[in-house]
Amino acid sequence: MRQFSTPEFFFLLKGLQWTIVLSLIALAVGGAFGFAIALLRVAPQRAVRLITSGYIQLFQGTPVLMQLFLVYYGLGVFFGLRLDPWTAVTVGFALYASAFLGEIWRGAIEAVPREQWEGAKALALGYWQVMRLVVLPQAVRIAIPPTVGFLVQLIKSTAIASIIGFVELTRAGQLMTNVTFQPMTIYPLVAVFYFLVCWPLSLASRRLERRMDLRRVTSGALAERTIAI
Amino acid sequence: MNYVFQFGIVVDNLPRLLAGAALTVKLAAAATVLGLAIGILGAYLRTNGPRALAWAVAVYIEVFRNTPFLVQLFILYFSLPSLGLRLEANQAALIGMAINFGAYASEILRAGVEAVPEGQIEAGRALGLGRVQVFRRIILFQAIRIVYPALASQFVLLMLGSSVVAAISAEELTAITNTLQSTTFRAFEFYFAATGLYLLMTLGFRAGLGGLYWYVFERGRRAT
Repeated sequence: MRQFSTPEFFFLLKGLQWTIVLSLIALAVGGAFGFAIALLRVAPQRAVRLITSGYIQLFQGTPVLMQLFLVYYGLGVFFGLRLDPWTAVTVGFALYASAFLGEIWRGAIEAVPREQWEGAKALALGYWQVMRLVVLPQAVRIAIPPTVGFLVQLIKSTAIASIIGFVELTRAGQLMTNVTFQPMTIYPLVAVFYFLVCWPLSLASRRLERRMDLRRVTSGALAERTIAI
Repeated sequence: MNYVFQFGIVVDNLPRLLAGAALTVKLAAAATVLGLAIGILGAYLRTNGPRALAWAVAVYIEVFRNTPFLVQLFILYFSLPSLGLRLEANQAALIGMAINFGAYASEILRAGVEAVPEGQIEAGRALGLGRVQVFRRIILFQAIRIVYPALASQFVLLMLGSSVVAAISAEELTAITNTLQSTTFRAFEFYFAATGLYLLMTLGFRAGLGGLYWYVFERGRRAT
């Protein structure tokens, strides 16, 4: 029976550190895959679009916990290796993030006005040139607010990694509760830690979205004025 | 690759899996009803309530949307007993899901309420209706129609999110699957089957909720 004091507090902070590390790895790896998926989702070939759509449906239509279990036990079955929670959790969350980011970024690519495609094609640019030089630079701007919003969702989801024994913030909270018997102190504190990380990101996402709307309004107004002149 | 898949054992245990799936759906549906009630009240207070209450609702929304559902569940199930409030696992699951859904629903419905044209509210007031009456008879139905797709996808997220209540040992699909795989040592097969069931439920509800939208909002809106 220990008291909850400085060492326990630091143990929670260490857990928070792993929560952040795991989220960032999932964001980086999932982002790379997600980018490829977004491109395939808007590919000219229908079959490619359907396959990637199925991939996204699979991850958005099943619980994250199940995805982790499947990776944890599935990879063991298929490759005959006993995975440590670290690998399973990283792979699981990277896959999960790739599906969601792929869908978010597809939306951003499709939000770029059709005229931009047509105008660029009229300049005799090929598909990839249009994509790289004209569409993607505009899509990236549109994609930033929802991507930050998804990062909040991702950080919150990593709490689920505690269920398969990965020691991040939530698991650290459980471990400290087991030795101090003070759930009324620890779990609310854990919630506060998450809140301090997630809330600023939520605010930033909302602010960016508003600023983009404003910019769209002003640029529209500017365009009208130029035409009037 | 010398693993032999045995799905026979999954088929034998299908009734138990389906019972778990039924509880998952029941939990999600009950939590949605409660959460929608919270959401309607929350959206009303956010837009029409006294300043202090509107602010309190805003805090509730931000806190529950920026902390993990699993941690909210732990506070309900493990922390509250120290204050003398002991909940059953299933009760904690239902209350946790309802409060969580309520926060999202409040925020979604608020956007819907604000999207209803101002002129309609003024017209309602001019007819001598009170604030609450205007909200109930003019705004609410339209607000729900506007944000229906967002509410529907939030319902699916809630159903999938309920998977983590297995951590406090309720008997929904994930918990049942855990029990079965640990007694049969056929982890992959069972998780594979459960994942399939979740996917079926998601697709079923997406289709069903789409049909419900048509039934409630589109039917009878024929051009006469």
